[in-house]
Amino acid sequence: MLNAFLRTAVGAGLVLALAACGGEPTESTAGGGAAAGGNTIKVGLLHSLSGTMAISEVTVRDAELLAIEEINAAGGVLGKQLEPVVEDGASDWPTFAEKANKLISQDKVATVFGGWTSASRKAMLPVFERHKALLWYPVQYEGLESSPYIFYTGATTNQQIIPGLDYLKEQGKTKIFLVGSDYVFPRTANKIIKAYAAANGMTVLGEEYTPLGHTEYSTLTNKVVQAKPDAVFNTLNGDSNVAFFKQLKSAGVTAESMPVLSVSVAEEEVTGIGVDNIVGHPVAWNYYQTTENAANSKFVAAFKAKYGDAKVTSDPMEAGYNAVYLWAEAVKKAGTVEVEAVKKASGGIALERPEGLVTIDGETQHMYKTARIGIIQPDGLIKEVWNSGEPIKPDPYLKSYPWAGSLAS
Amino acid sequence: MTATLEKPPVTEAPVKEPRDWRGPALFALVAVIGLVVMPLVLEPFRLGLLAKYLTYAIVALGIGLAWGQGGMLTLGQGVFFGLGGYAMGMHLKLNDAGDGLPDFMVWSGVETLPALWEPFRNPVFAIAMVVVVPGAVAWLLGTLVFRQRVRGAYFAILTQALAAAMVILLVGQQGLTGGTNGLTNFFEFFGQDVAADSTQRGLYFTVAIVLGVLFLGAWQLQRSRFGRLLLAVRDGEDRVRFLGYNPATVKTITFTLSAVMAGIAGALFVPVVGIISPALLGVVPSLELVVAVAVGGRFALAGAVLGAVLMGYAKTYFSEELPDAWLYLQGALFILVIGLAPKGIIGFFRRKDVTA
Repeated sequence: MLNAFLRTAVGAGLVLALAACGGEPTESTAGGGAAAGGNTIKVGLLHSLSGTMAISEVTVRDAELLAIEEINAAGGVLGKQLEPVVEDGASDWPTFAEKANKLISQDKVATVFGGWTSASRKAMLPVFERHKALLWYPVQYEGLESSPYIFYTGATTNQQIIPGLDYLKEQGKTKIFLVGSDYVFPRTANKIIKAYAAANGMTVLGEEYTPLGHTEYSTLTNKVVQAKPDAVFNTLNGDSNVAFFKQLKSAGVTAESMPVLSVSVAEEEVTGIGVDNIVGHPVAWNYYQTTENAANSKFVAAFKAKYGDAKVTSDPMEAGYNAVYLWAEAVKKAGTVEVEAVKKASGGIALERPEGLVTIDGETQHMYKTARIGIIQPDGLIKEVWNSGEPIKPDPYLKSYPWAGSLAS
Repeated sequence: MTATLEKPPVTEAPVKEPRDWRGPALFALVAVIGLVVMPLVLEPFRLGLLAKYLTYAIVALGIGLAWGQGGMLTLGQGVFFGLGGYAMGMHLKLNDAGDGLPDFMVWSGVETLPALWEPFRNPVFAIAMVVVVPGAVAWLLGTLVFRQRVRGAYFAILTQALAAAMVILLVGQQGLTGGTNGLTNFFEFFGQDVAADSTQRGLYFTVAIVLGVLFLGAWQLQRSRFGRLLLAVRDGEDRVRFLGYNPATVKTITFTLSAVMAGIAGALFVPVVGIISPALLGVVPSLELVVAVAVGGRFALAGAVLGAVLMGYAKTYFSEELPDAWLYLQGALFILVIGLAPKGIIGFFRRKDVTA
């Protein structure tokens, strides 16, 4: 009896689910084309909401939603409200490509804000180029790329890694050790670091990679300690940092004896690593929660008001938040959301953002950004100790650095 | 994983029955829906997704053969999928690069084309490798382990370890394989613009027909003497051995066939989706496909295919509708189906025990 009932129930459930799915494409077609028409402009948000990258990417999505809300409250863009369409990239690169395709061809969004890892960007790039659609990518990356359909609102190498190296050199740290996660950003970054070191009288004592998600660092820590470098340049990503910094601390390494400069550890990650393990070590970014200006006070206050007092703001979040404003500004200037017009209008747009003045470089579609070195404080925030004084012109192929000639071939 | 522990239903001795036309009729119906209705009804984007699910279905068909029919729980089909996919990806990359180097080699600091890549310029060689490499790897592995009578959980763990090792190898050799990014940004597929709607439509038909042909092949195999022997090996390997057959050979052949199917699927996946990366062939995607086969019904080949298409669809559908909570729904669907119908969805629709 029960069995027969269950059969019928599940069978009916399946039929219903299929019917619901079947009806769905037609509905999207009806909704399509609404990007420019109707009373709203659809924009896509494509970050990992599940999987290993979710912890970082969800915060960027939250910052982008905040920007959309603020812009809508101020009257929207071209008199229309922005309507976010959120998709999950699921920390899986092919899924990013699929969802990007869906946002462009089904939802007909005017632009997409999304991605974090370089692999997700590389997977999405062909989709945006083929459809001639726009992607705003909010995270610092390894450079050597300049797609006509991507705007890069995070730092390229000459706005983060090279200033980081300049800082170490200024501090007299000439013997360095490279530690990174095994994927494209750390490997490419380290190639650049080695070229810089060779040209600046610095020595690279060792170069070690561990798989993403690796958490066993005793062997590696031993190698680092035995090599006796002046400083470590750390391109580890995600939870590996937790294990690495804990291991370093238990090996007796302090920020004074051997500073570890990180380029993928921001306010959000400090909490996860545990302030005790990382306090005093330097990081290189373009923005900190403590950066002092009116735009930042407003951003931090608004973010905490929307998502809770305990939340911190970090560089990629700020870059995602900026991306929405920069796109909106370009649309206002172009008078349309049409991609080629927006691209053309974008060059030279300058806005006062939480990180300071940000200007779009029309040629590379990267941003002029101020480099900032900070020290992690006991309260988990980061205090700036050095900055580049003015926004640095983006140079993704490092053409203006003679020592980098062989890198960008 | 309780499904794997449960004893498969006992096979009854084959009784000569009047030919049953329901199977072929159903196949013809599905073929008409797949080849005529779907291309007319679906927009290009949705048709592309269906093509992707169908490539998964090809892998699932292989799993259905190896696991459902042969009792070999293989948790590493992603390896063979990847080998086929990379063979195709390497050819497309070289074809796009012309005389230059593939883009990722440039930014990985590789200056001359590695010798391993050179022969993949030739399309015939590349397509041959799609079949040969996965087949050879599976044959070698099968010969080594089945003769040693490695089976059950040990075989499953071995295949899973292989998938994990493969990912580490691919990620570590960035200059040779593109690292975590994998191979992407393809332009041309045998003279056609790979992203064009017409190419994608052609690819859909290719995938659907390949799946249909492989399905018929597997079906015939299952009905043949070999198929019966395979079932016998699954249900009582020692008895088969005492009867004078060598179960290791039967299992190796089946495992190799399933690997070749996964390789073909991988090669088709690359132009359809436009990327092949380590993330697609590790432990998790390999497991997802086994789960899909379990959901569809592992004791019937049609169940494996159905499961793969359904789970693929469910993943897309749930993640589009509820981007924040779709994983829970997917998990719930799996638990529901396995809990209510241990023989999968196919088992649900058949009254008598489905064994073949």
